[in-house]
Amino acid sequence: MTMQPASTEIVSRTAAIIHEFKGLEGPLLPILHGIQEEFGYVPQDSLPVIADALNISNAEVHGVATFYHDYRSHPAGRHVLKVCQAEACQSMGSDAVAAKLKQLLGIGFHETARDGSVTLEPVYCLGLCACAPSAMLDGEVIGRLDDEKLDEIVAEVRS
Amino acid sequence: MIPRIYIPGDSGALALGAEKVAKAIEAELAARGIEAKIVRNGSRGAYFLEPMVEVATAKGRIAYGPVKPSDVKSLFDSGFLTGGHHKRWLGAPDKIPFLAKQTRLTFARCGINDPLSLDAYKSLGGLKGLQNAVAMAPADVVKQVTESGLRGRGGAGFPTGIKWKTVLDATADKKYIVCNADEGDSATFADRMIMEGDPFVLIEGMAIAGVATGATKGFVYIRSEYPHAVAMMRKAVEVARKAGVLGLNVLGSPNAFDMEIRVGAGAYVCGEETSLLNSLEGKRGVVRAKPPLPAIQGLFGKPTVINNVISLASVPIIMDKGAAFYKDFGMGRSRGTIPIQIAGNVRNGGLFETAFGLTLGEIVDDIGGGTATGRPVKAVQVGGPLGAYFPRGLFATPFDYEEFAKRDGLIGHAGITVFDDTADMLKQARFAMEFCAIESCGKCTPCRIGSTRGVETIDKIAGGIEPEKNIALVTDLCNTMKFGSLCALGGFTPYPVMSALTHFRDDFKPAPVAEAAE
Repeated sequence: MTMQPASTEIVSRTAAIIHEFKGLEGPLLPILHGIQEEFGYVPQDSLPVIADALNISNAEVHGVATFYHDYRSHPAGRHVLKVCQAEACQSMGSDAVAAKLKQLLGIGFHETARDGSVTLEPVYCLGLCACAPSAMLDGEVIGRLDDEKLDEIVAEVRS
Repeated sequence: MIPRIYIPGDSGALALGAEKVAKAIEAELAARGIEAKIVRNGSRGAYFLEPMVEVATAKGRIAYGPVKPSDVKSLFDSGFLTGGHHKRWLGAPDKIPFLAKQTRLTFARCGINDPLSLDAYKSLGGLKGLQNAVAMAPADVVKQVTESGLRGRGGAGFPTGIKWKTVLDATADKKYIVCNADEGDSATFADRMIMEGDPFVLIEGMAIAGVATGATKGFVYIRSEYPHAVAMMRKAVEVARKAGVLGLNVLGSPNAFDMEIRVGAGAYVCGEETSLLNSLEGKRGVVRAKPPLPAIQGLFGKPTVINNVISLASVPIIMDKGAAFYKDFGMGRSRGTIPIQIAGNVRNGGLFETAFGLTLGEIVDDIGGGTATGRPVKAVQVGGPLGAYFPRGLFATPFDYEEFAKRDGLIGHAGITVFDDTADMLKQARFAMEFCAIESCGKCTPCRIGSTRGVETIDKIAGGIEPEKNIALVTDLCNTMKFGSLCALGGFTPYPVMSALTHFRDDFKPAPVAEAAE
């Protein structure tokens, strides 16, 4: 697993991110995005620092951080593989794609491989609905998934 | 003249290998010592032909597609830089039937040039609408938009001009324009395509909205699943600022307007306008009760125009060519054009902009060319996860807001997902409930609890447990969700569920018990 930084370090790096975005109108989501980009997840220790800086309650920051699917409470694997499970991809066999990936990677949705190589997640639409079934690996889009492409993806995350 | 090669940088094209094709072309150019300019354009939207590579020749553009990296060497051997024949040769892009049959108003420029070239944008009529708008009184701009008959392309179909008038008439120290680019509906990619392929048309539309209503600040809220669109819009805003399209003096006029790109965080419900406003404010994306309307008390409590990407991107052509020009297209109360997105199990998938009025059958069979698998079409879902499933028996329905409503459906954001005869409609109905349960913001009970109970009840039907009683229960539950939910998520989830139940009842019958073996 990825090493998690010590709490004092989290606080100081969080403060720097808050400083960067605090001037925006409605800065909380940009701050949380910045924190996730910095640490790969939103550490618990960041939340009171944000609450204090924005003069809102801890509960409110916690509520926002947990409402949105994107914000992680724990680090993800080295790769993040999102597989579309929405209707257009369903019509082209995304169920079977997901089943095959789960089998090849030995993990289910919302799980990270034990060697920390990859986190597998469902996603509901990547806007690649005319190139279904589709997936996103570390921000790179892949359409018309077939067995060959799935094998390539698995080889890449394992390398 | 140095040859120009156009290779799309659009996500859809990238998903089909455009980057590898670009690398292969670069390598081949280097190996052959040919000097050429590679332009990364957007996509024209014919995804069944992507990656579609174009070359500028003396006789105009010639397209090739779908190009694989392994085709590149033979393309050069066939003299593709001068339009030579090859098995991937498609001819002039605007003569390709899928593209030639379209009426491109909103997408007129999408996919043709470098999306970040403001000069290219202007050379194809860009900024004329904004130039006209800054020279007019705000009320006259609003009048043009109202008279064009433009209705919200996000799904609700509310007249855009009326929304704008409410904001114009509101008095406040600050007003906002918010663009809803949280395009979460499956089968839709029009917003993504325009942001990646012609970002200036959205910026121009938002600036016109600002000039028309007295708003000085705009936000584009883009879903995080669209990283390429986010990057493109951010760069385009920078270019527009430097060129004086945005800033204290829009195109040299006394109107100030600037904008910011914001990124969502994976919540489908934030496509609902009030939930989006909460999210922009830095809150949980929970739906707000209406009234107050966002036009009166929207973002940070200020009067706010909140429009979908396509609504705003359709405004520049209206302000350029006039309300009458735009209104001339379409049927009934559905005026202008609509970018129909043909997706899922379909042979010719892509974006097809056309005047309202084509029938569903024409779209699916003639333009879409039937299923990709070659099997019969069983159902098409129109309007995303909250849209109804239509059987072939309803294929005569014209593409029009009211005609779809009459048949218990909606056109939504105009995405169409095609399913072949292997689709299990009970499973699709169950998914609609499951998706609602995953994405519900939790504010109202019919949506929060109803969706979970819906999944359980449909599972009972699938298991053959009192099917008739449970079908009646699902029907009753759908009624409660439809009329008791605060927003379209809970309120429209009944559309896919009830349409599946109504039109595909056989799929809800208990599976026949296998004959006992002798």
